[in-house]
Amino acid sequence: MTISSGARAGAGDETRRRHRKNGDKALIGKDVRNDENPKNSTGLRTRRRRWTPYVFLLPALVLELVVHFGPMVSGLTMSAMKLTQYQLAHWWQAPFAGADNYKAVLDFDQPVGASLLNSFLVTLGFTVVVLAASWSMGLAAAVSLQRTRRGVGLLRTLFLIPYALPAFAAVITWRFLLQRDNGMLNHILVDQLGVLDDNAFFLIGSNSFWSQCVVAIWRLWPFAFLMIMAGLQSVPDEVYEASSLDGAGPWRQLREITLPMLAPVNQVLLLVMFLWTFKEFETPYVLFGGSTPEQARLLSVEIYQNSFVTWNFGLGSAMSVLLLLFLLLVTGIYLAVTRRRASLHEA
Amino acid sequence: MRVWSRAGAVAVAIAVVAAVAGCQNNGGANANPKVLTYWASQQSPSVERDKEILKPELRKFTERTGIRVNLEVIPFTDLLNRILTATTSGKGPDVINLGNSWAPSLQATGALVEWDDAMMARLGGAKRFTPVSLQTGGAEGTTPTSVPLYSKVYQLYYNKKLFERAGITKPPATWKDFVTTARKLTKDTDGDGRTDQWGLGVRGQAGTIAVHYAYILGSARGAEFFAGDKPAFDSPAAVKGIEQYLSWMGKDKIVNPSDAENADWADVYEAFAEDHIGMMLVQTLGQTLKDYHLTDEDYGVAPMPAATGPGSKNVGSFLGGTNAAILKSTDNLDGATELIKFLTGPQEQVTLNAAYGTIPPVKDAKGKAFETEEAKIARQTMATRAIPLPRVPQETQFETLIGNAVVNWLSDTATGKQPGGEQISSALKDASAKVSAGG
Repeated sequence: MTISSGARAGAGDETRRRHRKNGDKALIGKDVRNDENPKNSTGLRTRRRRWTPYVFLLPALVLELVVHFGPMVSGLTMSAMKLTQYQLAHWWQAPFAGADNYKAVLDFDQPVGASLLNSFLVTLGFTVVVLAASWSMGLAAAVSLQRTRRGVGLLRTLFLIPYALPAFAAVITWRFLLQRDNGMLNHILVDQLGVLDDNAFFLIGSNSFWSQCVVAIWRLWPFAFLMIMAGLQSVPDEVYEASSLDGAGPWRQLREITLPMLAPVNQVLLLVMFLWTFKEFETPYVLFGGSTPEQARLLSVEIYQNSFVTWNFGLGSAMSVLLLLFLLLVTGIYLAVTRRRASLHEA
Repeated sequence: MRVWSRAGAVAVAIAVVAAVAGCQNNGGANANPKVLTYWASQQSPSVERDKEILKPELRKFTERTGIRVNLEVIPFTDLLNRILTATTSGKGPDVINLGNSWAPSLQATGALVEWDDAMMARLGGAKRFTPVSLQTGGAEGTTPTSVPLYSKVYQLYYNKKLFERAGITKPPATWKDFVTTARKLTKDTDGDGRTDQWGLGVRGQAGTIAVHYAYILGSARGAEFFAGDKPAFDSPAAVKGIEQYLSWMGKDKIVNPSDAENADWADVYEAFAEDHIGMMLVQTLGQTLKDYHLTDEDYGVAPMPAATGPGSKNVGSFLGGTNAAILKSTDNLDGATELIKFLTGPQEQVTLNAAYGTIPPVKDAKGKAFETEEAKIARQTMATRAIPLPRVPQETQFETLIGNAVVNWLSDTATGKQPGGEQISSALKDASAKVSAGG
């Protein structure tokens, strides 16, 4: 160990010395403006080298601008326009609405705003439930498979199936399971176990919220599992061995070793899952056959209804922009808080 | 996430248009007289079957006129979005089919060619069409922007076997009789204490259908849903109409509460074919029930029951169906007009409507296919008891908002909480306000 690091240090010295030599030469040279670049050709090369990464990034950047920022900017523009079916064929002539759309969607005493507020709260509840459950299940599964050897591959594959299935196929299957008369869930609860006296509704009414949560958790938790499992690979076994020698039980190990070591993974994981869940659209759209019950109406469904079903693109865009701002705000605060905590830990 | 990508698609379309806005063509010119693009709506159970029906006919058109037709058959669920995108971009097909209830809303976009007297003359004149079907072509007091192709009306379909078993000799003629008849059909057939046969089946989770019932039942009681083009959804007659629909499941108990979950007609047809329900209120079915192995011997067709009581009107249905229109962005206006002339001609009207099980909106289409009991009743309803859906540009908003509201109320009813008249009335008032805010 000592030898090799000494060798490396020596090599470093050598390089530094060579640099210094070149620098001296440059200082002696006539061209003062080029004092950092000893020769013109070298300068060109350095400059080229400096720009090369950006040249390679350019196509991605252009596509990003066209695919992501373009729609965002037009969404922003549309949100300040009174854009309904009357203006659609010559939308660029749509009257300027200023903040009118925003006023309409934020006036919670009026039906449009009240309905938006309702779906915001539903979405918030939905996100908290789905995130908490998916993350806990992912953590539990990953930790319990961490030191098991036999059958790990099989279980891992099994757990990842929901994540690999196409959304439509998976959710439509859930729809069949949850149907009142012919669904399997009622068959088990009523006919076989006798827990319920009468067939319950899972796709309409207040249960629909929980059905939607269950389906979303089922779809999302494998992702948490996958990420946490990857994160656990970086926790060395020695730490666990040492701690168990010191008498730490599994709970203590989870609290004191696993979770702190997973902190960087969790920081990103929770954020990504939050963003996905808050914008969830496929699950309600497929699960409820296009007509989402009020108790389960998520924001993206509300926005879809306003823009594409009732043809009020200005109003729908204003809602989208507000959603974007909210997500930006949450992301910003989250990153600031988690970063500060991380730096406090380091200090 | 799909919202974002759809929003993205529209936005990209908009960006593209921004670039070419200057050279847009709004007049409907004839720069490309030999080719047409036609977006047909899916009228049969599958896109493939639609193509099989349409392609030989379009070949005849090509032989006659020398114009080649690029056909695309699009399911109704995608069609409106596709048309909206074409409308926004100004780049799209020459001829489109559209659900006739969208006609006034699409007309308001200003993207469709007007069918004035001169244009109608090329189809043989307005008098060829049943008056109510022509009314579906656009908003009230405007020149229509689409012409009817295939028509449908609501009818009562009943299970002959269950009627016979219950000793019912004829289908109900009034809504009052309807409930009595349905009660006779609602029973527990296997004696396990649970009702397993119901008087009526409904497609309860579909907003589009819920609004049809609300509109028909309300209108039959004399409700007007728009005053001019101002929304006025909360009239007492409208509230009563919705209450009537909810009561079938609630107070009258003639509909299985589980039907509140039915998102597709297939759910209802299946229950009908398996003798779980005695009656259905659906738009002209044509061949559909053949797929469920049912024939005329298994089911009968009757007109929609009539409303009685003070202030009631003789309304049995609105006129549903499909219209055809030409986009102003076409580069082959003459060819497009020729195609619609061909499709609305007496011969094609017989062929296509017979194949789809719909009713021709033109009076001169006569054929054996339209001499069935079902078709006769449909034609009679069309002639005397059918009204168009609200002929205002906000029709789509009306459909969505009222449809969703009624679906939610039916869910409440299914779980034992049928809403009262006041609650319905105040929600309808809110919906009116929402539509006013959007217009």
